[in-house]
Amino acid sequence: MEPLLKLINVRKYFEVGTFGVKRIVKAVDGVSLSIKRGETLGLVGESGCGKSTLGRVILRVYRPTSGKVVFDGVDITDLPESRLRGLRRRMQLIPQDPYASFNPLKTVGYALIEPLVTHGVATPEEARELALKMLDRVGLTPPEEFFGRKPYQFSGGQLQRVAIARAMLLKPDLVVADEPTSSLDVSIRASILELLREFKEGLNQALIFITHDLALAKLVSDRLAVMYLGRVVEEAPTNELFSNPLHPYTLALLTAIPKLGKYRPKEEVVLKGEVPDASRIPKGCRLHPRCPYATGKCRSEEPELVEVSKGHYVACWRVLRA
Amino acid sequence: MEPLLKVEDLTVYYFTRKGVVRAVEDVNLEAYAGDAVALVGESGSGKSTLGYALLKIIPPPGRIVKGRVVIDGVDVTSLEGEELRRVRGSLVSIVFQDPFTTLDPVRRVGDQVAEVLTEHGVPKEEARARVKELLTSVGLPPRLFNAYPHQLSGGQRQRVAIAMAVALKPKVIVADEPTTALDVVVQRQIMDLLDRIRASGATIVLITHDIALAAERATKIAVMYAGRIVEYGPKDEVLNSPQHPYTKGLLASVPTLESSEWPKPIPGVPPDLRNPPPGCRFWPRCPYATDECRRYLPKLVRVGPNHYVACLMVGR
Repeated sequence: MEPLLKLINVRKYFEVGTFGVKRIVKAVDGVSLSIKRGETLGLVGESGCGKSTLGRVILRVYRPTSGKVVFDGVDITDLPESRLRGLRRRMQLIPQDPYASFNPLKTVGYALIEPLVTHGVATPEEARELALKMLDRVGLTPPEEFFGRKPYQFSGGQLQRVAIARAMLLKPDLVVADEPTSSLDVSIRASILELLREFKEGLNQALIFITHDLALAKLVSDRLAVMYLGRVVEEAPTNELFSNPLHPYTLALLTAIPKLGKYRPKEEVVLKGEVPDASRIPKGCRLHPRCPYATGKCRSEEPELVEVSKGHYVACWRVLRA
Repeated sequence: MEPLLKVEDLTVYYFTRKGVVRAVEDVNLEAYAGDAVALVGESGSGKSTLGYALLKIIPPPGRIVKGRVVIDGVDVTSLEGEELRRVRGSLVSIVFQDPFTTLDPVRRVGDQVAEVLTEHGVPKEEARARVKELLTSVGLPPRLFNAYPHQLSGGQRQRVAIAMAVALKPKVIVADEPTTALDVVVQRQIMDLLDRIRASGATIVLITHDIALAAERATKIAVMYAGRIVEYGPKDEVLNSPQHPYTKGLLASVPTLESSEWPKPIPGVPPDLRNPPPGCRFWPRCPYATDECRRYLPKLVRVGPNHYVACLMVGR
């Protein structure tokens, strides 16, 4: 089956400057990924790893600096906005902070109807019917009661349900969920994930789940891509990644996350220092200044992703030597 | 042995225009030197307010309306003005989630750490020398004395905040979500640092929403719900044999790395603390609630060695 979305060596650079001093922030720096319908790909990494920027490149909120974005066979890398419009309905974002994604002055009913009408999916009357049904579907019952409310009258969890409802009304083929539960309390996170999973299965969607939380990523993803400083350093089917993590950065994340249970990575790795600025990316392997295993080669040559077992890719000289 | 920290019947209300928010009610706690007490709860559970009450820094319109906080024999709640200022820093100190709220952006970090010392009577020259030692002790190169906060990374800023918190060797250090703004690799570094400080004889009060972090770092866990402690005890007791339905629900709602089981959310939302439900505050969300739970507020009862639970269903 052809992938629904394909990224080929995508880069996204931002030029930032204060007082005439220009710097290039390499937020995404050579990422190739693909995802099929019905599949969930977890994009994990710490803040500044480029995962959110990549999500916005996928949705063509950002135009990539170089590389290619292919959606359902169509190269959308440089597609003008006029031609993108038809495709936009088919790719939707679930944001981290639902309050920031709704107009605070309008009712959520308006927010649900408006995209349906704009995209020509329904008349205002039909849209109202669809919106009410969808509110009921995401657990906001009775829907008539929630329809006329404004965003501030919702709890964070409830408004995130509205955000999901708004995205799903358009029956997208691709959903990018960017830390959809990190602003919510622990006790309600699972119900939001459950909802995303149900829609993914019901509509046979491709879901890209962006998170810094490895336990959440494990729960929802079929496959995981671990990002560090703009690049994917390891990619594998979820169970393989947890049973056989190979990249020192993946191992370091698995070592560092607080754990309730008995899971320990097969090798504990502690990194020095912090993630450097994306405008000052180290030469060679970008992890080398922090990596306990770095050798001469790591300092001079950047490793590429290599398939080490079926579907398991790693970009690390130490792994390749072994 | 006398406990280093003793909280008795502590009650804190916020007197807002829209009503009285009963943020913390009837809280009792004890901790000894070397303890790390985790206050675990979700947003609005009162855990931060309780932490602030330990330094008597409740922001208005909040006020301690009842109870006492006794640290190393000193009743902090009874102090005012100059006396209160003197114990803050030397007896009890606090590290906030975002060090930007405590660090002055236009002054060198070394001067800011030194100020904690000079304000408590340490001569200027001596203070400057001590700051270099302090920076080293929290894992920062002494040359950062001359840096401004914006030149530091998030982890380095939190280390500066910790240097300020430990400068006067307080007995109790309140850490309010100290690593929530940081990445996990840095979180581990900062928590290791707090562990070392604790091992040197201080008591850490760790305020966190992350029960896994509490599991790794605490010696005791107090689970808070809607302003009250619902369960309190040694870490292993609380985690391995949780008794309160809320503690059980919280543990079941967190996904873990070894289980592929789907976590179970707790239905419903926490109550509005301006108008909490009568009886047990958890009953509207509790699967075991009875008529009794709707009428009577449960007190903490002992269910094991130093293990306390506030639930009418427990111990029957």
